[in-house]
Amino acid sequence: MSVDQITPVELPEPRYEYGGDDHVFVELAEEMSFTANFKAMAITQQVAERDIDGIVENCPSNASYMLRIDPDVIHPDDVIAELKSIETDVSVEDYSWESRIIDVPVLFEDPWTHETVMNFRERHQDPDATDLEYSAELNGYNDVDSFIDAFVGAPHMVTMVGFVPGLPWCFQMVPREQQLEVPKYVEPRTQTPSRAVGFGGAFSVIYPVEGAGGYQLYGRTPVEVLDVDQALPNFEESMVLPNPGDIIRYRRINRDEYDEIRAAIEDGTYEFEMADVTFSPEEFFEAPADYNTRLVEGLE
Amino acid sequence: MIEIRNGGVASTIQDTGRSGHYHIGMPPSGAMDPYAHTVANALVGNKKEAATVEMTYQGITAVFNEDTVVAVTGADVSPTVDGDPVGMWEAVAVEAGDELDMGFATSGARAYLAVAGGIDVPEIMGSQSTYTLVGIGGHEGRTLESGDELPVGTPSDGLADLKDRALPHEMVPEYADEETVRIILGLTDYRLTDESREALCTEEWTVTPEADRVGYRLDGPDIEFVEREQPFGAGPDPSNVVDLGYPVGSIQVPQKPIVLMQDAVTGGGYATVGTVISPDRGVLAQRQTHDSVYFESVDVEEALDARDTAATYLEEATDAIRD
Repeated sequence: MSVDQITPVELPEPRYEYGGDDHVFVELAEEMSFTANFKAMAITQQVAERDIDGIVENCPSNASYMLRIDPDVIHPDDVIAELKSIETDVSVEDYSWESRIIDVPVLFEDPWTHETVMNFRERHQDPDATDLEYSAELNGYNDVDSFIDAFVGAPHMVTMVGFVPGLPWCFQMVPREQQLEVPKYVEPRTQTPSRAVGFGGAFSVIYPVEGAGGYQLYGRTPVEVLDVDQALPNFEESMVLPNPGDIIRYRRINRDEYDEIRAAIEDGTYEFEMADVTFSPEEFFEAPADYNTRLVEGLE
Repeated sequence: MIEIRNGGVASTIQDTGRSGHYHIGMPPSGAMDPYAHTVANALVGNKKEAATVEMTYQGITAVFNEDTVVAVTGADVSPTVDGDPVGMWEAVAVEAGDELDMGFATSGARAYLAVAGGIDVPEIMGSQSTYTLVGIGGHEGRTLESGDELPVGTPSDGLADLKDRALPHEMVPEYADEETVRIILGLTDYRLTDESREALCTEEWTVTPEADRVGYRLDGPDIEFVEREQPFGAGPDPSNVVDLGYPVGSIQVPQKPIVLMQDAVTGGGYATVGTVISPDRGVLAQRQTHDSVYFESVDVEEALDARDTAATYLEEATDAIRD
């Protein structure tokens, strides 16, 4: 059992910026850390609770957050003053939120993303290796298998949702020394299969729909993160499954299980394995490995 | 009901947009040129929130199955009814069976067709706007095609009161490409060298063929970044930052600038260096491929003044139409 802790990071002074006349953007740190992300979530949740007139969009992101405002109702400088007061009140350590741990089965080295990977070799740093071989070597793993073990070895927190509807950016819940990091493609691909699972910078993602993309591709999940018709059982309330603050447990599956889940999705009967959890940054920082084990137990 | 005979190049149904869902990655969508959209609605007696048909570079051909009043605004697409030329920026009476035909845009990039009563498609997440990437809103979530049938709502005023309404000639925009587009520098413009920040606001930029509802990719001088050791999580390219939310109108610089428009990606990992102010996004939306764009840096008070000026002007326009 690991005894590693996560030490909260000292954040710089936040930078308050105008996004034109109708957005306020706040950068909490240039570097990704749980401290910066939890602070972004804590502040945006406070903004939501205060129900400030003139806030049109409230959008936490990895180490920053953004608000769209109606300047006919509230002056951007008044928004910034309010945000500064929230910022001094918020403490990440004694803050917690209601979250969900969600099981995301993944068929690694699947035929569909493999075909894409091979089609775009000329846009890649290492045209002679697959994305997984490249990532394994870059992160000091001897083979693809042990790299995948590390990828699924601890859950990933949804630190931002966006790019397109339903795409989660996820940051693995391990101390910094254990985190994986890879570059994005030298030039983005023009095609990525829907439901592809990728990795870029320090973030795993699930592509909701087919489209462009620049992350390294590792596999494909049979489950959906976006259901525009809201026909599947877990999508009654929103066409998007993951929310900022949710936790994703990637699970390695074989082709048979992939096909079974796919059939259930197509029948409209598939229900996600997921559990409600109250997430406590303080407890997580104290003993991340133990905390993750307890989180994952909620799924079994 | 309107039957589409020719859907044009990229025509979609748009209203004032979809808000409140940015945090799940849902862009606002909505009309790219709010002035032309709002005036079109005012001409036919609709509220400004009513859905219109937004046409890009080429108009549609449509047949009406009932008597109604329509208005075409925005880019000049030379509308005709049953072969007879009709004016832009004015309310035009059409009879059941009439064919409205429009051609290619001779100035401007986006035209709007409003019909008395509005295009009556269902609302998805509070808006009728089409967002084609995931296929929601508008007509089946996609661009219009020959054979589509669009339902029309009930007009608010008697049709007889609507016809002959027109926007005063002096309020019709000219879409000249010398007009500057105002921006507020910022977000992560610390990534740019001083020379590149200067160049952004003084040099000529050209609209490339990759300019659509998602973003306007511009061509111009090379952008240089301040050298640094990349922060954890950003990725190694000097243009990479830890992924953040992108404001609508923001200018990202993977290398050459891309200005994000109404169907933009909502976040990502490229440095964003400034934002086009809200009243000037519609100005940019009327630029065609190969047109030039000049950015002018303003501060937030100037931007808010420009916003008020544009709102007052639009109010004057709709008042002038009603009188």
